[in-house]
Amino acid sequence: MIEFRGLEKAFGAKVVLRGVSLTVRDGETMVIIGGSGTGKSVTIKHVVGLLEPDAGTVAVDGQVVSELRRRELTALRATVGYVFQFAALFDSMTIADNVAFGLRRSGAMSEEQIRERVTESLRLVEMAGTERTMPAELSGGMRKRVGLARAIALRPKYLLYDEPTTGLDPVTSAVIDELMIRTREALGVTSIVITHDMRSAYRVGDRIAMLYEGRIRQEGTVAEIQQSTDPIVRQFIEGRPSVRAEDVAAPGAVPAAEGSQP
Amino acid sequence: MLAALGRRSVGITELFGHLGHFVADTLRAVPDVRTWGRQIFPMMRRIGVDSLPIALFIAAFTGIVLALLASYTVTAAVPLYFVGALVGKTTMLELGPVLTGLALAGRVGANIAAELGSMRVTEQVDALETLAYDPHAYLVLPRVMAGTLMFPIIVAFAMATAIFMGWVAATTLLPITTAEFLRGLRLFYVPFDVTFGLIKSASFGFVITMIGCFLGLNTRGGAEGVGDATTRTVVYSAEMILVLDAYWAITLLRP
Ligand SMILES: Nc1ncnc2c1ncn2[C@@H]1O[C@H](COP(=O)(O)OP(=O)(O)OP(=O)(O)O)[C@@H](O)[C@H]1O
Ligand SMILES: [Mg+2]
Repeated sequence: MIEFRGLEKAFGAKVVLRGVSLTVRDGETMVIIGGSGTGKSVTIKHVVGLLEPDAGTVAVDGQVVSELRRRELTALRATVGYVFQFAALFDSMTIADNVAFGLRRSGAMSEEQIRERVTESLRLVEMAGTERTMPAELSGGMRKRVGLARAIALRPKYLLYDEPTTGLDPVTSAVIDELMIRTREALGVTSIVITHDMRSAYRVGDRIAMLYEGRIRQEGTVAEIQQSTDPIVRQFIEGRPSVRAEDVAAPGAVPAAEGSQP
Repeated sequence: MLAALGRRSVGITELFGHLGHFVADTLRAVPDVRTWGRQIFPMMRRIGVDSLPIALFIAAFTGIVLALLASYTVTAAVPLYFVGALVGKTTMLELGPVLTGLALAGRVGANIAAELGSMRVTEQVDALETLAYDPHAYLVLPRVMAGTLMFPIIVAFAMATAIFMGWVAATTLLPITTAEFLRGLRLFYVPFDVTFGLIKSASFGFVITMIGCFLGLNTRGGAEGVGDATTRTVVYSAEMILVLDAYWAITLLRP
């Protein structure tokens, strides 16, 4: 279980999070949506202690991340796979070494087993055969998939996906969505998925939370979010440039059916 | 004006505080041999062997110039073989370590800051951490150790080159024989000269690599941040080399 409680974070004068509270239950996939720059990446970086909260806490399995000692934090990190928004591949290493990097750390697997796991992970993200390539030779979307392979290779208990399908073509996006769903079914992982892509959000998510102005604006099952009457949420999930006037005028009202707008 | 000075000194105090923490974190990573052990030899090659050409180039020309300066300075009252003494002493005690140090602050320090800075801004350092690696063990320690070990070796080669070129210049351009040059070289020589130069070099290697790692890993804000970290590394390293140079002279050379 991952629990955010009143998480606040500012960078200098720039306040990003103003009290984020959210619970991700074991085995579920929580999708976080929200506009660009609202602090979605900042939020999940707290889960693995890459950032320290100004106030509030993040707890994983009841352990408050910011209070862990170095060794405990390392142990926690070993159970969390993190897919970075811009892949963050090690550009001095081949693709195979990138994927194997976390596996070598634990020392529990032989080189032979590691090689098998690398091949398998790359196949899952449809990147088989790129083992000897360097990251610089790949496109952005390909790098992203390798980043995904690097995270799932570890068979973690938790997976944090920062925009796993942004910048991918629709077919590859669907493949990655499939992969996320299968990973959850096969490994029973608990995941947080950040995305702008509502189709993907509906496909992979059990619940969806929208981050807006530093707080969770609304949180609910996919169906609940789809039927939300909150004008801010509606605007986001429908991808409209501005909040519809009638939604604001009649908060709580059932939104008008599609196509009835002038 | 005073306020500005005050602010600057507060900034510097703070910087040294952070640097102190950083060094402590690095020392704490020493037991994690499994992480840094494999990195140390490639690093020694990158920091050490690859720096030799520039170090020897500088040393060669320094040796030539020293010989000519010495002969120019020595007047009729002093025998010409003092040229050997001057070349030897200044090379071992001062110019070998300091000139090499300054050159490598540019080459090694800037290289480390730019590399780690880019890794920081592209989130590769974050990725390392999420894969349960300690950046101090994986990135900092191998570089600092390689720097501290390899600098004295590079400087030893530089000293030898400078003296050799000093001898070449003295015997070809000046009316000095090999025997006279060697006589001068031995005249005031004590083994401590070399020890002193090498201790200094090790401290320069430590400081340059440490500052490069520190500023590199603390890079903020994209390509501009990387450029800034690189520049600051070169400037701070050069300043620290001169400060350390004075420090060692004060602590080790006073009778
Ligand atoms: N290390 C940092 N230092 C300073 N400011 C930061 C840092 N990290 C994030 N920010 C700022 O925090 C805000 C939120 O950033 P974040 O990356 O979380 O946005 P996001 O919701 O992930 O957006 P996007 O969907 O575009 O990725 C931004 O304004 C960003 O400039
Ligand atoms: Mg983001």
